[in-house]
Amino acid sequence: MHPYQHQADRSAGAPAIDLRGVTKRFTTPTGSLYTALRDLDLQVAPGEFCAIVGPTGCGKSTTLTLVSGLERPSLGSVTVHGKEVSGITPGVAFMFQTDAVLPWKTVLDNVALGPRFRGTAKSQAHIAARDWLRRVGLAGFEDRFPHQLSGGMRKRVALAQSLINEPRILLMDEPFSALDVQTRAIMSNELLQLWDLTRPAVVFVTHDLEEAIALADKVVVLTAGPGGTVKASFDIDLPRPRLVQEIRFEQHFVDLYHQIWEALRSEVDIAYAQTTAATTRKAS
Amino acid sequence: MTAVATKLTTAGEKPEVSATERAYRSHAHRRSVVVHLTQLVFLVLILGGWQLYVGGDSRKIILYGVPSGIAGRLHTWVTDGTAIGSLAGQITVTLEEALIGFGIGTALGIVSGIALGRIRFLAEVFSPYIKVLNSIPRIVLGSVFVLAFGLGIESKVLLVIVLVFFGVFFNAFQGVREVDRNLIANATILGGSRWQVTRQVVLPSAFTWIIASLHVSFGFALIGAIVGEFLGGSQGLGVLIKNAQGTFDANGVWAAMVIMGIVALLAEWFITKLESRLLRWRPPQLAGPDL
Repeated sequence: MHPYQHQADRSAGAPAIDLRGVTKRFTTPTGSLYTALRDLDLQVAPGEFCAIVGPTGCGKSTTLTLVSGLERPSLGSVTVHGKEVSGITPGVAFMFQTDAVLPWKTVLDNVALGPRFRGTAKSQAHIAARDWLRRVGLAGFEDRFPHQLSGGMRKRVALAQSLINEPRILLMDEPFSALDVQTRAIMSNELLQLWDLTRPAVVFVTHDLEEAIALADKVVVLTAGPGGTVKASFDIDLPRPRLVQEIRFEQHFVDLYHQIWEALRSEVDIAYAQTTAATTRKAS
Repeated sequence: MTAVATKLTTAGEKPEVSATERAYRSHAHRRSVVVHLTQLVFLVLILGGWQLYVGGDSRKIILYGVPSGIAGRLHTWVTDGTAIGSLAGQITVTLEEALIGFGIGTALGIVSGIALGRIRFLAEVFSPYIKVLNSIPRIVLGSVFVLAFGLGIESKVLLVIVLVFFGVFFNAFQGVREVDRNLIANATILGGSRWQVTRQVVLPSAFTWIIASLHVSFGFALIGAIVGEFLGGSQGLGVLIKNAQGTFDANGVWAAMVIMGIVALLAEWFITKLESRLLRWRPPQLAGPDL
């Protein structure tokens, strides 16, 4: 069974993330309203690894911006560790889909950014940054600029930059989608190992169902947008530690995949029909 | 991972020159020699043609000047000084006006560009005024400044500021607008305050835009200083040109122009140096195919 039983105890308390009846509307440049999320309920326990899957445009990324405090919900409440989100949520780290490391800072200065912003002395921040660079396997690359690194290495910098703040919540928006398949598998494994060190609650947005199952404790399927909401939630009871490249051959993995794909397929079809309808309408 | 690491370390060591690389280098060398020779031939053709066309015709010399005459004028200026003092003195006066105005105008442009780019309320309040100010021909303000502030350095510096400010301002403003939203969001979530984000994310990012405007702005600074001296002044290259024009001395006008050209080239060289120093984090531009 689940080797991390203490997790169940921890989740007995208040959830780390609690979204209730959340609706998010945006005003488009033309002035009309676009509903990204409608009446969404989502709870993530402390230390839980939650993956969100769903078709393009279903509001996956919007969910993350709401939890981080970059955006406010139009309706409903977003609570993190029992506190209503207002302003940037403290104790949250965010890994973006595209590179968000500062290209004009060296690797070391990039990783030291969080502590420096919080007023830690430069030498202290650098010691911590070196430590994290070692943990993500980038020792020796401190003085390089991001453009001198490969895509996978830049992701490691971003990971170290996020984790150095010792977040209690880690939000990840398709962080590895720009990487090639092999690098992606390696990064996924390292993510799991690093996650195990401090055990923050993770919300991992992806459109890759295999990646979601291999990483997460819970996979949440969203309906097709506009106005995405939770369609179904699945507990992933695969044992940890997991080897991302190999776990997909296990029978239980395959069963889970089938089960979740059933839920996801119809939403993907709807989303696809919408985009093709939109393009044919534009073309005609 | 390890493959990348070894590749990066060996790249720093002395590269072994293979036969292909040697061939490529000698080809590149030949090419640069041809380019430089062609440049030289072009210059000789233009100056020689000019010299031959004007020849010894004194009427044409008054109208067009002549290369040999210009060289002679430059020589007298350097050795005997000009009618209004030493040549170095005139250059210093003009450069002083241009540089002071350039410094103040650039600083004002960067500060207000970033302030308006970051604070939406300010942008909404001031943008109509800035559009109006930008659309009027600002060189006319030179006359206003000479009337108000006299023939000294102040009126010229003010004209330079007005000319430099807008170019830098618009670029800084646009540069702030173009900053990657993700970078700002990332820095904010990492704990950066608004001011920290402005200084460490917005400013460096906008610098690519600001630096690009400096090349053009320094040209404007020289124009401002010269025109200011034209409109009213007793010292400087602008006065030199004005006097030369007043005495039908085309050679003098050209000679002053040559000096300004040299100054502008030196400034351009300096700004390029500054650019590569400040923007050394940028990936090198790799050569693409000739299209």
